[in-house]
Parts: sequence; structure tokens; C-alpha cells
Amino acid sequence: MKRRQFIQKSTAATALVGLGGLGLQSFSPSKTKKITILHTNDVHSHIDPFGPDDGRNANKGGVARRATLVENIRKENPNTLLLDAGDIFQGTPYFNYYGGELEFKLMSMLKYDVATIGNHDFDNGIDGLYAQIPHAKFDFVSANYDFTNTVMDTHVKPYKTFVRDGIKIGIFGLGIQLDGLVDKKMYKETVYHHPIEIAQDMSRILKEDHSCDLVICLSHIGYEYRNSPNRVSDINLARATKDIDLIVGGHTHTFLPKPTIETNSVGKKVLVNQVGAFGLYLGRVDFYFEPGKKVQAEGASIMV
Amino acid sequence: MTIKHTLKLCFLLFIFACAPLKVSKIEGKRLDIDKSLTANQEIEAFIKPYRERVNKDMDSVISYAPETYSKSDGKFNTAIGNFMADAVFNEGNPIFKQRTGKNIDFVLLNHGGIRAIISKGNITTRTAYEVMPFENSVIVASIKGEQVNKMMAYLSKAKRAHPISHQLQLILDSNGGIVSATVHGEPIDPNKIYHVATNDYLYNGGDGMDFFQPNQGVNVLDYKIRNVLIDNFKKKDTINPKRDNRFIQQ
Repeated sequence: MKRRQFIQKSTAATALVGLGGLGLQSFSPSKTKKITILHTNDVHSHIDPFGPDDGRNANKGGVARRATLVENIRKENPNTLLLDAGDIFQGTPYFNYYGGELEFKLMSMLKYDVATIGNHDFDNGIDGLYAQIPHAKFDFVSANYDFTNTVMDTHVKPYKTFVRDGIKIGIFGLGIQLDGLVDKKMYKETVYHHPIEIAQDMSRILKEDHSCDLVICLSHIGYEYRNSPNRVSDINLARATKDIDLIVGGHTHTFLPKPTIETNSVGKKVLVNQVGAFGLYLGRVDFYFEPGKKVQAEGASIMV
Repeated sequence: MTIKHTLKLCFLLFIFACAPLKVSKIEGKRLDIDKSLTANQEIEAFIKPYRERVNKDMDSVISYAPETYSKSDGKFNTAIGNFMADAVFNEGNPIFKQRTGKNIDFVLLNHGGIRAIISKGNITTRTAYEVMPFENSVIVASIKGEQVNKMMAYLSKAKRAHPISHQLQLILDSNGGIVSATVHGEPIDPNKIYHVATNDYLYNGGDGMDFFQPNQGVNVLDYKIRNVLIDNFKKKDTINPKRDNRFIQQ
């Protein structure tokens, strides 16, 4: 009797697997899905690799090499998004000569999906940034800069959503306080709003209104400020918000060897990452999704 | 029984298909961009004409340095710092005079703003980009003598070779106290207005220099410090900067 039940159960299980397999081909509902997030920050016009005599970064970096790496990862997983967390401009004569044209054109060739705006992206003034927008085949997001009374109006969205392999990904941008950091003559009528309140709104909009499976904050507010621990930073943002899965940061040129795991306002884990500067590294975070899988109270298993 | 089972299975599958997707696992890592990666040839070819154009300019010889000059060559003044401050005066004053009819009294820059050495040998445009990679521009602040005195107090405490032009002389005693501070050989008059050229970073309080505010007027020359250097290099076949007595300790 017991044996009979066992056989029945195993037959059912086999059938389920079989049907599941069939389902994969016809509706692809039940396999594990993987979204790969690749990111850079503070590349600062470093298009060529550092020279062999450089004291710190000899033979490192280079856009053409980054292109190869991104291409290989996209071949391995087409469901990949490539992001940049700002300060694309300023740092080599390429910027002085071409005003960011080459940076945007190359990022378009690498098929960047979205970028946010850093303080140095205002270095040729907001008009200098606007002038290069036609060269960018990717979008800019910033939720806390209000560009309404500037030439950038309508060229920057608060957030953008993507659907990859049926997974909905929402990405919003955050920028640093400009007053005291950038000459007003440069940013003109750009209005800065406090990042944490904006992030709380954005994550709710993306999670609840847009039903995003993954919410990413693309930030240029800085990783953390040890001498002013209360200053708004990615770490403080991670702790003060909910429903954000990943914060991709910039500004402080923080070379994190691996993403930091923080705990958000409702006790869930959130990843914070930043890959230093100058295109020396590419950050990579892979999210695996399983249908209806019961996740543990503390969330998914994180391997960093 | 079979039908019953099939129905159950279909129901299960339905649940399976519609169940919301949950993140089950996250992996994060940092990938090196280095020699181990082959450069993408399409990208490389795209960059090439831009690189050649920039390098052609960067590598063009505009002057000659008989020695190597570093910002660590002296405690209170250095040849490279003196060169830069005097260059800002020499290139900036004609513009200021044309606009206002007045002369710049002296120049103050910051030691940290010298970003590289000038190596012995040919000076190229790249040298200017290395010494001054930032886009900072010359700004002339008209400040009262009392503010200039605050500046002297700052310089005496900072004990760094912040570049000043030759019109200013500051002498400290062995304890760092001010022995004399003169502009054009005259003591600083607290009520007189001095036209001090600096860069926009310092004007806005960079390096703790809070003496440019308040002021009696400001003139933005729209002239980048780097372009000042390039223009100044081009005027000289060979540069000859010297450490001197403009800022010393007795």
C-alpha cells in the first residue's frame, strides 16, 4: 500500500517534470531566469588604457577592452543591462577637445542602457551637456534633479523600466547636491531634491505601480562619508529605504572589491556597489529568479 | 484516476506558471579591465582618429625646461609655483586692465593645484594638461587690505608653498609669525582695495581660503589656468623659473 502510494507520487513527479519541460518550450514559465547587471562609474573620459609608466594604474582600463568583456557577457546572457553611475566627463584631453562627444559615442557603441548624471557632467555647463545629448543612444535617469527650467528638460527621466526575459526591471537615478560643489553658472536652474525622500517615492512607484521584479538605484551621491556619517550616501540610502534591490553608486571613487550587503528599513538585504573610477573595473551583479520559490525570511542567498 | 491526476497536474502547472518570480540567488563580483582582454577592434578603430588628433597637439613642443621642477622643491616657494603665479599675472593682467583700467596687484594659487612636475627637456601641450588637468579659470577678486591680512595669516599658518606672484613678499620668523608682508614693497593698508587674481576654486573657499569673501567686486576672466600656462610656455623658447625670496622664513 505504502509502496503503491510512493510509485504514484513518483510518477506524478516525473510527469510534472515532463510537462514542465514541455512548458519551457511552449510558454517558458518555469525555468530559472537570470538578469545580469553590468556597471561602471566615474570613468572620467578615460578612453585609452593607462600607459605602461603610470605609477598607479599601469596598463589598466580602456574602453575597447571593456567592449570585449561586455560583448562576451552579453553572448553568455543576452538578458544583460549595462549602466553608468555618472561622471562620464572630465579627466583626459579627450573631454577638453571633444566636450564628451567621444565618451557618449563609445558608450552608445557599447550599448549602454542607461546612465545617471554626475557633478562633473556639468563641467562644460548644462549647455555643454545638452550639446552632447544627440550622441547618446542611451537614456539618462535622475529623479532628484528637476531640469524643468533648463535646456535638459525632457531629456532626463526620473526612471526607466526594462523587460528582459519577462522580468521587469525599474531603474531610477539620483544626483549629488550641486550647491557648493558645482558653480551655479554651470548647473543654472537645475533644482536638487533630497535623495532619500525621492528614493522612497521612486521605489514605491516602481515596485507597486509598475510591479517591477527588480528595483535598481543608479546613484552619484557617494558611497559613504566617514567624517560626516550623517551626510546622505549610498549606505545611508540603503538603510533608510525599502524595495531597492541594488544601489549602483559613484562619486567617491570607492574601489569596492565586492558589493556591500546592507539591511534596509524593513530588515531586507540590499546590495551597494561601486567600482572605483577611470574604467579600471566593470561591476557585475547576477540576479537569479525562480517562479514561486519560497525565499527565506532574510531573502535570497547572496554570493559576493 | 488518470483524469483526476492530470487535472491536478494542470492546476499545479498553472500555479507554477503564474506564481510571481522571486529572486532566489544573487552573485556579485568585480571584473578587471586589463591586458588579459583583447581590445575590440571596431571600438579601437573608432577611437583612432580622435586619439591621433589629440596626440598631435599634446605632443607638440611649445617650450623647453632646462631642469626638472617640482612643487616639493622648496618649503615656502618653489620655482614651478613662482612660474605659475607669475604666468597668471603676465597673461591675466592685460585682460584685466583692458576691462577695468586697473592692474592686478598680485596672484595667489594653491600648492595642491600643481598636479605634476615639469620634467627637464621639451615642454609639450601635454605638460600643461598634466600640471593643470582641471578646468579652473582665473578670477580677480577685489578685496580690502584687512582681507589680505587674513590671507597672510592663513599663509603663515599653512606653511605650504602656495604659489604667489612676485609683487607680494611675505617673511616669517622662526616661529612662523609674520615679520613683514608687503605688496609692491609697501605694507598692506587695511582700507585699500587690492585686486587679487586666483582661481575659481579658491575664490569659492577651496582649501579653506575664506578671505576672498566678502569682496568689493569680482572679475571672471574666462581664461583657464591651463591656457595661461600654454600661452606663457609658447612665449618662451626656454623657461627659467627660480626659487626666490618672495615667501621665506628667517
